[in-house]
Amino acid sequence: MADHKQLTLWEEMQNKGYSRRDFLKFCAWMGAFIGVESTGVASVVRAMETKKRPAVIWLHLQECTCCSESFIRSSHPIVADIILDNISLDYTETLQAAAGHQAEAAMKKSMKDNWGEYILLVEGSVPTGDDGVYCCIGGQTAEARLKEAAEGAKAVIAWGNCASNGCVQAANPNPTTATPIHKIISGKPLIKVPGCPPIGEVMAGIIVHILAFGTIPQLDGQGRPMAFYGRRVHDTCYRRPNYDAGLFVEEFDDENAKKGYCLYKVGCRGPVTYNACAVTKWNGGTSFPIQAGHGCLGCSEANFWDHGPFYQHLASFPGFGIETTADTIGLGLGVGAAVGIAAHAVITNIRKKDEINEHIETSAVPDRDQEGD
Amino acid sequence: MRKKEIALFRVYVWERPVRIYHWLNALCIVVLCITGYLIGNPIVLQHGGNDASMLYFFGWIRFIHFAAAYVFLINFIVRIYWGFVGNQYSDWKNYFPYSKKHFQNMWDVLMVDILMIKKKDIETAGHNAVANFTYFLTFLAFLLSVVTGFGMYSAMSDNWFSSLFHWVIPFFGGDLILRMIHHVTMWFFVVFTIFHVYLVFYHDYVDGSGVLSSMAGGWKFVTKDKFLRKNQKKPEPAKK
Repeated sequence: MADHKQLTLWEEMQNKGYSRRDFLKFCAWMGAFIGVESTGVASVVRAMETKKRPAVIWLHLQECTCCSESFIRSSHPIVADIILDNISLDYTETLQAAAGHQAEAAMKKSMKDNWGEYILLVEGSVPTGDDGVYCCIGGQTAEARLKEAAEGAKAVIAWGNCASNGCVQAANPNPTTATPIHKIISGKPLIKVPGCPPIGEVMAGIIVHILAFGTIPQLDGQGRPMAFYGRRVHDTCYRRPNYDAGLFVEEFDDENAKKGYCLYKVGCRGPVTYNACAVTKWNGGTSFPIQAGHGCLGCSEANFWDHGPFYQHLASFPGFGIETTADTIGLGLGVGAAVGIAAHAVITNIRKKDEINEHIETSAVPDRDQEGD
Repeated sequence: MRKKEIALFRVYVWERPVRIYHWLNALCIVVLCITGYLIGNPIVLQHGGNDASMLYFFGWIRFIHFAAAYVFLINFIVRIYWGFVGNQYSDWKNYFPYSKKHFQNMWDVLMVDILMIKKKDIETAGHNAVANFTYFLTFLAFLLSVVTGFGMYSAMSDNWFSSLFHWVIPFFGGDLILRMIHHVTMWFFVVFTIFHVYLVFYHDYVDGSGVLSSMAGGWKFVTKDKFLRKNQKKPEPAKK
């Protein structure tokens, strides 16, 4: 791997047989994804031509590898060919050729050679329960491994909802005490790329941004790149006009579902989910859940597993049975209040009878010239 | 037939800004609850047939909700301001039980008005301590409602004011939680309104102090003793 490190991405692409035209198209395409204006594409091109590929270490902790799967299916072939094959991905359990001690040695060497320079990509959460026994790699707990690798990283990217928020492993009752990585490491620039999985193009776009500009992209209040997580799925959804019009699907087999109306009432999480699904879509821009007729599950939001049921607009109220919404409880309280005051009113007439009669008795006799007020 | 006649004094309790605040607030809460409930659980306009470009029904519901939210908030701010410059009955300090007198009054209200197991004359010209404390809780609910509401709104608005609430979503940990809390505050207002309206009728009926109409004209009626006692403590009577 060492000899590869001298090449720039452009040189690498030439070796792979890509033409200049392909290269420029790739840069323009990526530039559009990461949200640079057209004049900024030149800086993407220049960066690809001149900058050496950064060393990358990709840790797989408590996860299902769907993030990796999403990434290698990014629609542009160059992403898979160049970014993944040749990005100096010095260590990634799923795709590396090396195994066992060899792999460990490769990781250690890469960390040493690029100390303070490499980018750490983390997929999966960190189980901290029972001294971390639930996820051990190379004789180390996930937590120790992450801390060690993060120490020398230039920046850390949390791939997917596991690394960003804990996802399904952290869902109630969270048996392994799965913890998102921002609670484990500190003092490093951290980019959260939530989603289960995140969109492949989004993942590629973030790497290209770091490569092209040498900085981490602009992040929102929760540490997610604004370019991809700045808007709700709802705000970019092609079914949005139906929402504004008041045209809703009520059952998945009703007439409105056939007409492609808004899925808000059948629990679509689009209005509470920040992601680029409705813009970038999936599988090379083929479709996304709502286009396929199913509501968004909110997979890029924290604790989305615990906010079920998925086919209900309001999540069930914590502490009560499933499918007990705030409305059920509110209505119960309202009825309780009404019953309570009715009882109080009856008792008032009994207990306060004397008092009220006394008021009546002691009231003044109205004169003709005094208007009652 | 009549044992004795009792003279009642007319006290100007609720000044005009307080009354305007009350009714504007009531209107806002009704509008916000209805539109808010519809936002949470929209009625389905029709089953097929129409094209989305012909309609903006849900858009209007949401617009009314957001517009009413602004009115509600500004009204609330004006009321807080009035708590510092208004008369003794609207003073902000009333809303926190801090002295023994307040707690004594709370206890009396519990025994006399709520459980009705004790008889005592505890009529107050303004709010009693329990009412004041309940209003303090409603102010907290207003605050929670405003913060969660504008927090959700900030995601869909570039307005400078709503952008002041960008911190809310990360603070609460996501829009869905925010939506839930906001929804629960609606039910708080519904339950509050039930009790509030009932108790006004109750006091009007039992005390005969004109509390029901006091929010229209501002006047309440108290016995001479109470009027004098009040005026001894505070040299100036209720401002007019």
